Amino acid sequence: MSTATSSLPRTIAAHAVLLAYTAIALFPVVVIVVNSFKSRNAIFRSPLSPPTTETFDLIGYTTVLRQGDFFLYFQNSFIVTVMSLFLVLLFGAMASFALSEYRFRGNSLMGLYLALGIMIPIRLGTVAILQLMVASGLVNTLTALILVYTAQGLPLAVFILSEFMKQVSDDLKNAGRIDGLSEYRIFFRLVLPLVRPAMATVAVFTMIPIWNDLWFPLILAPSEATKTVTLGAQLFIGQYVTNWNAVLAALSLAILPVLILYLIFSRQLIRGITSGAVK
Amino acid sequence: MGSLKIENIKKSFGSVDVLKGIDLDVTDGEFVVFVGPSGCGKSTLLRIIAGLEDSTSGKVLIDGDNVGNVPPAKRGIAMVFQTYALYPHLTVKNNMSLGLKQAGEPADEIARRVGIASSMLSLEPYLERRPAELSGGQRQRVAIGRAVVREPKLFLFDEPLSNLDAALRVNTRLEIAQLHRRLAATMIYVTHDQVEAMTLADKIVVLNNGQIEQVGAPMELYNSPANEFVAGFIGSPKMNFIDGGRLGEAAKTIGVRPEHITVDRNAGTWKGTVIHAEHLGADTNLYIDTEKAGLLTVRIFGVYDAEPGAAIYATPDPARTYRFGADGRVIR
Repeated sequence: MSTATSSLPRTIAAHAVLLAYTAIALFPVVVIVVNSFKSRNAIFRSPLSPPTTETFDLIGYTTVLRQGDFFLYFQNSFIVTVMSLFLVLLFGAMASFALSEYRFRGNSLMGLYLALGIMIPIRLGTVAILQLMVASGLVNTLTALILVYTAQGLPLAVFILSEFMKQVSDDLKNAGRIDGLSEYRIFFRLVLPLVRPAMATVAVFTMIPIWNDLWFPLILAPSEATKTVTLGAQLFIGQYVTNWNAVLAALSLAILPVLILYLIFSRQLIRGITSGAVK
Repeated sequence: MGSLKIENIKKSFGSVDVLKGIDLDVTDGEFVVFVGPSGCGKSTLLRIIAGLEDSTSGKVLIDGDNVGNVPPAKRGIAMVFQTYALYPHLTVKNNMSLGLKQAGEPADEIARRVGIASSMLSLEPYLERRPAELSGGQRQRVAIGRAVVREPKLFLFDEPLSNLDAALRVNTRLEIAQLHRRLAATMIYVTHDQVEAMTLADKIVVLNNGQIEQVGAPMELYNSPANEFVAGFIGSPKMNFIDGGRLGEAAKTIGVRPEHITVDRNAGTWKGTVIHAEHLGADTNLYIDTEKAGLLTVRIFGVYDAEPGAAIYATPDPARTYRFGADGRVIR
């Protein structure tokens, strides 16, 4: 450790800044979780106070669990997120491997084309996507969502992963070729394990927008059987009356699975971010 | 078993010609070193022999068979890389045996070959370790072991010592030389270090700018370089080049090696002053600024006391002075 980072005032200052930022970032989440355990009146009377014995109420959770098929919504969200994530990582990694490993005509143009999606939001194409889904009979299926999210996640995945793939030693891949490994085995057994931190980074950046998305479920798959959690929570938001207990409870529950996925990836994530920045 | 013939190999990356027509014959059991400055195409040539890179035109024949369309694993070659390139997730033993497993060798044959290679390279204590738990020298030995177990027709070494520190480099160089003697296998070795080339090779191929400058035994290159480039590249410290015009010679450039110049305090051919002296114990390098010949490096065997600024006379050995024409070729 250098002396600069271990001096006391600096440490305190750094922690103060970080704690302040943490507080700001966590505030809305805490408000949601805290209020989800309170009665309706208490939510409006004192939204910032923690639940007391008087105001404590699980009405929100009981409503959510009783009303509608909330488990189904969770399952839908989970299927869509995990499947899209899997496809994004698989195809993203394969495309980046091809871009970084093989020399072919139009390589850099292809890379640019694949990265273009980062700059152009996929929502601009909503109408065309909807027409496409209608024409192919995929409206109100989870497949429609998985396809769209895969397309949405690929540009960033290709962009990040191809940078990391370029750093994988050529000698290692060539050693594999001389030992008679196929290109697929070189990719899966030698290269993928080495870019695991980058994969985790991509996974987190891909997963969160998919889990939180309201737009495409609303347009492509609003049927009861295919609703996702974020869409399901809208059930409680009415034009005149909103069941805040239920909405907050649903949102609190929706945080959990993505939090778990995040914890799985986070150890790798930090390595991915720093290795990209420092080296 | 293990001859190599290269016919008119050319390689271009886009508009850049990396190899401009290479012809070479390597006979069975020979130790051939490709040497040249970085960017001369020596590694590309090795990769073309290995099949990791396609040549733009020309043929590679291993044991008389054109291997143009044969994948690297089927060419009967083994390669040792500069960065070792061990599989990080496999133990030393599995690193060595992966290629044989891929080729479908029976398990007892694999075990036999791994046993021989690991005892030859004293790797037995490390067989169950992963590459991350080994030192640099041990890793390079594993990489060599991985090549040995394949029992290839042709060993290819791509600057295998560049990542090792100086002491290990000497040891590993010795091991490679012993390995060659024991296996009597054909080896092709790429390096930019002329000391490695001189110490290991039966035959040195000097490459520059994608072309072969000269092929020959180490002493042949040292004693009769074909041109100015080879003369300057082989030998350390580098040969002194003096403009022919300054000395009143017909040749464009006069070359004389630092060890072929004698010095004297009182009389000699070129008068000059000592600029700097390097004392290496076994020999002394003097840098002398002469009136007629310009800056010269002189290598004197043993200890020689010379203060910077002292007047000194340098005398080249006329029998070992080289004359180069305007095209850089030696004039005999």
